[in-house]
Amino acid sequence: MSSNAVPALGRREFTRWFWRQLTSMRTALFLLLLLAIAAVPGSLVPQRGVDARAVEAYFLEHPKSAPTLDKLGFFNVYTSPWFSAVYLLLMVSLIGCIVPRSFVYLRALRARPPKAPRNFSRLPASASFETSASVDEVITAGRRAIGRARVDVVDGELSAERGFLREAGNLVFHISVVVVLVGVAVGTLFGYRGSAIVTEGQGFANSLTQYDEFGSGSLFKADQLPPFSLKLDKFTAKFQALGSQQAGAPRLFRAQGTYTPKPGADARTFDITVNHPLEIGSTSVFLVGQGYAPVIKVTDANGDVVFNEAVPFLPNDPSYTSTGVVKVPDAEPEQLGFQGFFLPTAATGSDGASISVYPAAANPLLGLFVWHGDLGLDKGTPQSVYILDKSKMKQYKDGDKSYRVSLQAGQSQKLPNGGTIEFAGLRQFARFQISSSPGVKVPLIGIIAGLAGLVTSLTIKPRRTWIRARREGSRTVVDVAVLDRVPRDDLPADLDAFLERFRELLGETEEKHT
Amino acid sequence: MTAAQYEQFSNYAVASATGILALAFVAYVAQWGFARKIAPDRTLVTSSVDQHDSVLEPVERTSTDAQAERSDVAGGIGFSLTGLAWLVLLAGVITRGLSAQRVPWGNMYEFGCAATLMALTAYIVLVRMWAIDWVGPIITGFGTVVLGLSALVFVPPGPLVPALHSYWLVIHVLGAMIAGSAFLVGAAASVLYLVKARAERTTAEEDRVGFLWRIPPSAKIDQIAYRVHAFAFPIWTFAALIAGPIWAQYAWGRYWGWDPKEVWAFITWVVYAGYLHARATAGWKGKAAAIIALIGFATFVFNFVGINLFVSGMHSYAK
Repeated sequence: MSSNAVPALGRREFTRWFWRQLTSMRTALFLLLLLAIAAVPGSLVPQRGVDARAVEAYFLEHPKSAPTLDKLGFFNVYTSPWFSAVYLLLMVSLIGCIVPRSFVYLRALRARPPKAPRNFSRLPASASFETSASVDEVITAGRRAIGRARVDVVDGELSAERGFLREAGNLVFHISVVVVLVGVAVGTLFGYRGSAIVTEGQGFANSLTQYDEFGSGSLFKADQLPPFSLKLDKFTAKFQALGSQQAGAPRLFRAQGTYTPKPGADARTFDITVNHPLEIGSTSVFLVGQGYAPVIKVTDANGDVVFNEAVPFLPNDPSYTSTGVVKVPDAEPEQLGFQGFFLPTAATGSDGASISVYPAAANPLLGLFVWHGDLGLDKGTPQSVYILDKSKMKQYKDGDKSYRVSLQAGQSQKLPNGGTIEFAGLRQFARFQISSSPGVKVPLIGIIAGLAGLVTSLTIKPRRTWIRARREGSRTVVDVAVLDRVPRDDLPADLDAFLERFRELLGETEEKHT
Repeated sequence: MTAAQYEQFSNYAVASATGILALAFVAYVAQWGFARKIAPDRTLVTSSVDQHDSVLEPVERTSTDAQAERSDVAGGIGFSLTGLAWLVLLAGVITRGLSAQRVPWGNMYEFGCAATLMALTAYIVLVRMWAIDWVGPIITGFGTVVLGLSALVFVPPGPLVPALHSYWLVIHVLGAMIAGSAFLVGAAASVLYLVKARAERTTAEEDRVGFLWRIPPSAKIDQIAYRVHAFAFPIWTFAALIAGPIWAQYAWGRYWGWDPKEVWAFITWVVYAGYLHARATAGWKGKAAAIIALIGFATFVFNFVGINLFVSGMHSYAK
């Protein structure tokens, strides 16, 4: 159809036309498939909301394409305008479909079964037979044979309809999809999720500054964070033993300690494992990661101990090759910065470099490069504890090569400026995810109701049955027709079964003739 | 038996099942091949025109032609071998579980074996119910490929990573396997529907020879595909959108996080929802709907193979 063949539409007609288009099944189907396609990119490029660090890595690996993809929203696919547009249109289309159909259904609930059509042979399945029973007996038997259904009898004609629950199930399913989406939206808007690293012996208080990463819905306010605190006493990590199959595969992670639900309350113990979070009110504390925090002791050129802390090194691979940064702002005469790696079980690789061969701390090794100068901490701009700002620092050299600190547990090494660094001990840290999604039960109940509706709508057959009985001489001629509202192939078999039941109730045994 | 003996038995059983299933595939291909010159019975043609004939009745084969007999024998051998492969694979999967002391679907290899077992179960049950032995070549061929490729990602049995220490592993993965098996049967039926529907349009009455004309008419194949999908879709909804999120809430602290596996489970769900709608939409019924079903199955397979092997995410232990 060419565009000039269409008469110009007024605003009202256009709105009506647009609405009809949007709520048509064809459009809904198109939007569904579009939603599936729109979801694809989010699984192929890293997502900020899922793994922000992977997005940064992607920018480094693809410096040319990444900014363009970023502009198109490829790193935030599921909150991007185009993805939102598709699902919001789908929602509107869905609601535009549900509302009128609900009214139609409510009317249909009160409606009587439709009158019998004149010509039964035009219906998908029909049959007739003769019986000696009277018209009334035929109708009574027919009513019993049909079973539970809405039945009308007019002048020897019986009309029955059953299977109303199919459309009810259908509506419940589609309404529950809306409920789920609304529930998810509410949980996202009012919820929060953050992660924090807590080293053995240290504590965590639930306030914004204590989080390493934090994200919340736009309607969440930071002062709503429940004021609990916890202290990690012991972390246990078990791995499949060396020399066995799947050596190094994780077997158990367990964080034990105490927590206080709110200030002034009694401390209670907790025991968090993967799959078994700690619940504090509506907030849950999950164990989502772990790693090592070597205790590093630094003495400056004056002989003062200027640093003595456990520093978390973030694991990069399954054997816990970890990287980290140590900042020593109090060192004299210059501030010191260390950057390097930690290997729980160090071994010499084929190229001569040290690698980690096992995730448990069997032979821990700390390898660091050293910088001196200004750490840039005084500028007031917040700095990540995992990144060393080297813009005002100089690296210590050992001839042509970088000066390098290499320590096994308990060892110490002299620094080029006269101080010492010591690998004084080893602790483990737990990475907790702390989150609250209010109303989490809404989408759950929604989807379970939806599933029940779906099964109902897929299994129930809406069926109309008509029986017409008329007296011809000493015999009664009975015509039967059935019609399914959804086309099915088993209608004739069902009709045969029905006729058998029907005729049995009439006390008939002779063969039917059509 | 010790764990090591169970392991060895399981490995032999899975390898044997792969071989037997490959032979079943060959037999099914022979069934089609032997029948390539056979015209269908007149009675069959009339019944295939008659839309009222029941799906539940097996296709009549009254031809006394020697070729038809050979074809039938090959089909019988195919089905018997499929049954044998099922039995041997069942033993392999059970002993794998005994060896590892847990449910035998904790990694990609085990999932491949257990899901193939489930698919063969679905096929055998449906052959008994609806006489769908004509999808045999597709099911056994696909099953052989899955078992063969599973051997490439073989890992010895062992305990699970902590994230999988949950009874939801049983429920969530079992649901995904049952739904996936039905999706496979549905996809196989959809392929044959497309082939048959095209042949019905383009082939003249007198040229209608071969096994394609011994299987039910396209309308019936479409009905079977729909029923299988209508069975699979609610189970997929449960496995991917109920059991999965509940477990994710316990294990990872969020019920939905757009992890690549979740994204593709969602895509599969959306595409099959599209299929169910397409079947009720004028202009989309038939060919377009069948193609959507095949796309749905492709997304399911991609989620199992592509996402497991090439994309890292929270489900990466599935490798």
